[in-house]
Amino acid sequence: MKINVGRVNFYYGKQQALYDVSTRIRQQAVTALIGPSGCGKSTFLRSLNRMNDLIPGARLEGKVELDGEDIYSDEMDVIHLRRRVGMIFQRSNPFPMSVYDNVAYGVRVNKLARKRLEVDEIVEKTLRAAALWEEVKDRLHRSAMSLSGGQQQRLCIARALAVEPEVLLMDEPASALDPISTAKIEELIYNLKQSYTIVVVTHNMQQAARISDETGFFLNGRLVEFNETKRIFTAPAVRETEDYITGRFG
Amino acid sequence: MNSPRTRRRMTNIVMFAITGACTLGAVSVLFFILGYLLWQGGHALNLDFFTKLPAPVGETGGGFANAILGSAKLLVLASLIGIPIGFLGGVYLAEFGGTTPAFVVRYTTDLLNGVPSIVMGIFAYRIVVVTMGHFSTLAGGIALGVMMIPIAVRSTEEFLRAVPNTLREGALALGATKWRAVATVVIPAALPGIITGILLALARVAGETAPLLFTAFGNLFWSPGWNQPTASLPDTIFKYAIAPYEDWHQQAWAAGLVLLTLVLVVNIAARFILRRQRRDLRG
Repeated sequence: MKINVGRVNFYYGKQQALYDVSTRIRQQAVTALIGPSGCGKSTFLRSLNRMNDLIPGARLEGKVELDGEDIYSDEMDVIHLRRRVGMIFQRSNPFPMSVYDNVAYGVRVNKLARKRLEVDEIVEKTLRAAALWEEVKDRLHRSAMSLSGGQQQRLCIARALAVEPEVLLMDEPASALDPISTAKIEELIYNLKQSYTIVVVTHNMQQAARISDETGFFLNGRLVEFNETKRIFTAPAVRETEDYITGRFG
Repeated sequence: MNSPRTRRRMTNIVMFAITGACTLGAVSVLFFILGYLLWQGGHALNLDFFTKLPAPVGETGGGFANAILGSAKLLVLASLIGIPIGFLGGVYLAEFGGTTPAFVVRYTTDLLNGVPSIVMGIFAYRIVVVTMGHFSTLAGGIALGVMMIPIAVRSTEEFLRAVPNTLREGALALGATKWRAVATVVIPAALPGIITGILLALARVAGETAPLLFTAFGNLFWSPGWNQPTASLPDTIFKYAIAPYEDWHQQAWAAGLVLLTLVLVVNIAARFILRRQRRDLRG
């Protein structure tokens, strides 16, 4: 088990967003988190790399362990944690700089490579891993803003891969993309799980069924059901899960 | 004629005419001023105007070279004070200030922005001129620099706030520290806007007269260094315009034309930079 979550309660100020969430995230597998809007799945995702720290008044109780190490302990170096646990956002957010500099950003910030040639190598390797190299190799030094939406999202994935994370958190990575770009992202996720632990928040249940090994269903801040994807979609144990995946609400 | 439909149509026409006329008035003021300046000061504008010192009383000709250089020096000093403090203050407000401190600072800068320029002049007079014992470029530059601060703070803050939060999170998620993210991603994203804001602040103080009256004071000759009274465009316009000589009036008009042109050019350049940024961010 890569990540171990024990009885997590999460608050935005006085408002509680997560209730007693406990689960385990498997290594080198894709875990999908589904549920209606506002159910807490994004909050849960963002608590895995302490992205919620940035929100004033946010507070977490309970335990989140990465490889057995409590990431909310005082000894935890948040900067280092975020390097190990990368994140892809719902809307692609390339930095306003060249394609190359976008991918090299994390490498430079974390001083993973100093020599130009080493950086070149990492940029090419990660762009290939993100299935983007062929499309951008002739315009590496053009603005990342000139790429299409789907390309921008794959660029963001490449950028996250460049710092050699162990876990990738994806917050609805394909929800703003057209079907073809979505298919590319899904294929990419499927390929990446050989090397990474991936957690994906998605609104799209077919997508969860297609790409994930395990699925968690959130409702009103509680993790209602967590099981192998096959079982969740064929024989859910809880009534609410069945209602949700058959489209009776949400 | 009295049917509601006709009345509605009449109201529509009248309102259109009134608002249109007011808009036309607002826009035409600028062109009227420009035209009038050209007409009155255009022929006093020659090479001498930019290269020569003012002619002694009784002689004609001469130029405003010292005032132009004086204004440039004052603006350099003002920038040295106003830009770093304004820029960094804006960065603090947008990126690091919590809710309460940021509110206090923001409110204070707004108040500072509302301080009448003549009061700023008295302040600089008391602090710098009285302490040093004489008028100087330094005193004038400080007065203008302080006036720049609030404008630069607020425009920097606003353009930084306009940067999407996902960019900040993106950088932090890659293991960047807060400072690093702000310095390498957020500020570059907002830079054209910030430069625009600072240019506008500069253009604004370039025309200030009141704070210079008893700080830089004015001078009919060159003002070497930073320690002596200096001429400046706005203050020379003021003195020439109230003098009883017809050719001085023309030179004042010419100086007004130069100053207004300068401010307009800076404004247009600022808008141009901003438009390019908007295009870049949209991709």
